[in-house]
Amino acid sequence: MLDLKGYGPALIEGAFVTIELAFLSLALALFLGLIGAASKLSQNRVLRGGATVYTTLIRGVPDLVMMLLFYYGGQVAVNNLSDFIYDTYGVDFFFQFDPFIAGVLTIGLIFGAYMTETFRGAFLAVDEGQIEAAKAYGFTRWHTFRRIMIPQMMRHALPGLGNNWQVLLKTTALVSIIGLTDMVRVAEQAAKAERSPFLFFIPVALVYLLITAGSELFIKWLNKRANAGVIQGD
Amino acid sequence: MAENAPLICKDIYKRFDQLEVLKGVSLETCKGDVVSMIGSSGSGKSTFLRCINLLETPTSGEVIVHGDPIRFKTNRKGERVPADNKQVELIRAKLSMVFQSFNMWSHMTVLENIIEAPIHVLKVPRKEAIERAEAYLHKVGIYERKDYYPAQMSGGQQQRAAIARALAMEPEVMLFDEPTSALDPELVGEVLRVMQSLAEEGRTMIVVTHEMAFARDVSTKVLFLHQGVIEEQGPPDKVFDHPDSERMKQFLAPNF
Repeated sequence: MLDLKGYGPALIEGAFVTIELAFLSLALALFLGLIGAASKLSQNRVLRGGATVYTTLIRGVPDLVMMLLFYYGGQVAVNNLSDFIYDTYGVDFFFQFDPFIAGVLTIGLIFGAYMTETFRGAFLAVDEGQIEAAKAYGFTRWHTFRRIMIPQMMRHALPGLGNNWQVLLKTTALVSIIGLTDMVRVAEQAAKAERSPFLFFIPVALVYLLITAGSELFIKWLNKRANAGVIQGD
Repeated sequence: MAENAPLICKDIYKRFDQLEVLKGVSLETCKGDVVSMIGSSGSGKSTFLRCINLLETPTSGEVIVHGDPIRFKTNRKGERVPADNKQVELIRAKLSMVFQSFNMWSHMTVLENIIEAPIHVLKVPRKEAIERAEAYLHKVGIYERKDYYPAQMSGGQQQRAAIARALAMEPEVMLFDEPTSALDPELVGEVLRVMQSLAEEGRTMIVVTHEMAFARDVSTKVLFLHQGVIEEQGPPDKVFDHPDSERMKQFLAPNF
């Protein structure tokens, strides 16, 4: 039996932190991605400009730099804000910018930009006639978006989403640098203390592998559902 | 009389940038009219049909559906746009369209395609919408395909399903945009037969078509469009047998 020298429970706890972090970031990224894509395709010049600035900025800065900026900069910004509110309104509040929140915000924001591009391409791939039929039958714009465009674009978006998700999952490891006790950080500390890197890092690698392999199956299943009604090889 | 007319179009103009596609086309229908619009490609007949349900906004002119004129306004760019999207949605629900390329929603089965708009636009209860859909599927002869996806059917079957989808709206007027032009020749007949039976039931239909036999035998009125104007109109025997316009004579010549 694998002897983790008492670090087993901490590693498992760390794995759950990783998973939680990944899923929350994914939710934020999907949300931002949909809004970003809808903005980029909108008639409104302000929305289009905003979304372009967002994707250009985010995709041009290294993930780690952004994370450090969010974690340290975020706390400074919150402190300045609370000082300002105390000085002007006399209301005292304090908000601790913890590594978990910084991690979710950073990863969500970064991958939101990638998702924006994935969704945008997928929306453009939807056949114009499908949307026209919805219009001609008196659908509202929202109904067209929800019932026709989203399900039809999903089939084009899924391969890209699957990719983004795997990269996102692995990016969560960066959060150990700003002090979150995810499984990477636990393993790092254990490996240092016990001087046995293989013992701790290989199980961590296997957990990542397990999650990505599992997601691959899940995405395959989703893909099959999204492609209902499509003749393969067409 | 005009109050009850299902559809009146008055002096429709449509311009795309420099290109004037429609130059004052008018049409008045009575209940039960089957209007065939014929003319060569580029004559503006499809554009006219798309102006009726506001898939294109006419540059000028009026569209009146069952006594209700569509209201327009001018937007900031100086373009004419519908003033009230709710009104447009309401009117579109009364004018169901059958497209050249069917445009069945590919992620839904045939039955789902047919009940979607009745449930969500007309607010028909689901159970009733399904009963209605099944009745119309029987009518167009593809009831047994109701759980198929569009891609699993032939073009003729897809177009018949699209006609069932249009019928399920119980529309005032049905708009057909070259419904047989994308079909293999051997599939044209099954779609035309369905359309003929609808005409015989007294449904009001406007049909853009290249099928001269259909226009001659089934319609109550034929409009011949040429370069954005109506060159010739009237009952089919008049338009086909005694046309006044030279263009119409030329257009018919290869058919004889």
